[in-house]
Amino acid sequence: MEAERRLRPEDVVELNPNYHFRWEEPQQAHVLLYPEGIVKLNQTAAAILEACTGAPSIADGTAELSRRYDKRNLGAEVLKFLEVAHAKGWIRVKS
Amino acid sequence: MPKAGSGLSLDGLGMPLWLVVELTYKCPLKCPWCSNPVDFNRYRNELTTEEWKAVLREGRRLGSLQLGFTGGEPMLRRDLEELVEEADGLGYYTNLITSGVGLNEKRLRALKKAGLKQIQLSIQACDQELNEKLVGLDVFAHKIAIARTIKAEGFPMVLNVPVSRYNIDHTAAFIELAADLGVEYVEFANLQYYNWALLNRAELLPTREQLARSEAEVKAARERLGKRLTIYYVVPDYHDNRPKACMNGWGSIHLTIAPDGTALPCQEARLIKEIEFPNVRHHALDWIWTRSPAFNQFRGESWMKEPCRSCSEKEKDFGGCRCQAYLMTGDAANTDPVCAKSPHRHLVDALISGAETRRDQKPLIMREGGYPRRTGAR
Repeated sequence: MEAERRLRPEDVVELNPNYHFRWEEPQQAHVLLYPEGIVKLNQTAAAILEACTGAPSIADGTAELSRRYDKRNLGAEVLKFLEVAHAKGWIRVKS
Repeated sequence: MPKAGSGLSLDGLGMPLWLVVELTYKCPLKCPWCSNPVDFNRYRNELTTEEWKAVLREGRRLGSLQLGFTGGEPMLRRDLEELVEEADGLGYYTNLITSGVGLNEKRLRALKKAGLKQIQLSIQACDQELNEKLVGLDVFAHKIAIARTIKAEGFPMVLNVPVSRYNIDHTAAFIELAADLGVEYVEFANLQYYNWALLNRAELLPTREQLARSEAEVKAARERLGKRLTIYYVVPDYHDNRPKACMNGWGSIHLTIAPDGTALPCQEARLIKEIEFPNVRHHALDWIWTRSPAFNQFRGESWMKEPCRSCSEKEKDFGGCRCQAYLMTGDAANTDPVCAKSPHRHLVDALISGAETRRDQKPLIMREGGYPRRTGAR
């Protein structure tokens, strides 16, 4: 595997353009759609993806989540999930 | 087309998440492993544009998400762009599964405009000569050119390789070709032996040694290429000792509509002649999916016999493939004979050893209308 560094709070991440992320009413869940695949996301995963892709940085997205859910110290949890999403190719680091 | 390895282990909440529409059985190619029925020529009354649109609307209401346009060769339908546009408007993720024949820059742009999301292009060899021998037509140069155009138009793309003993030794070359074309995914689909592939099984089945070499090449390439190229590898199910979790279970998440409107739990199921499959021309899709006897026949577990009924893995593989059980044992309710627990496993073992000891090569029976003939190249 290519050597990949870990994500950092100051990184800017975006959704892989080949993935479509959206709410699916019949499933009552957010889904990721991509060539030959569907991923159904739980609420936490969807909230993190929504807040952090498109935010000026992961740290900004995390702050937004903290405000929205009135929870502190979310940084480690958010990074942990984003690492998984990154490894699966759902998101990429914006250069 | 959904396959094991495509992240299928999914609870669809009883909805047909994957809808596959076979727009036509017509195809200019003559692939001797075609998944269409051997008597495809009998089915000529294809659904009209409006009938297909009704299927798409009803499918979406039932919760379908992923939509595959396939055939035959779906590019032969002049209304493909119109159907893609309808599907995109309904909220499907639209996939086109094509041989590339009939695709050109103009139609690609129209498909992009209509909202098509992804293209799966088949390729059978890495050179013109073998490709022509396997598909019966000189289309290799066109396939390569159209693959580049697909990428230039910005589509994500799966390069699909139907794997047999004829091309399995070129695994590394296929990977190189895929990387050179800049596709995101390459899928090695070891053939599954139904319909035309079944007619040619003795000729197409690779040896254990070929498989092992090919798998080693895939592993090395995955390490070397990492995220640049995702390699799907559909395992040859005869060589496993547990059956594939076929379709994630009968009538679980997958719904196919054949060109004449026949609704099927998978693309091969109409080969089970004892089952009368419902048609969208006569029944609402909702009734077909939820109520029809055909879709309920092997749903859940109550239909299972031993050794499946008392097996701890029945929720994992659902007893395997009903079509394979039917073809090899004569009863679709039997355990898939690929399973080592099946009393019919010896039938599969005989096929595998047949591939090892095979001496003389017979011509392939190419896919053509009328009665199957051994006219293919050696």
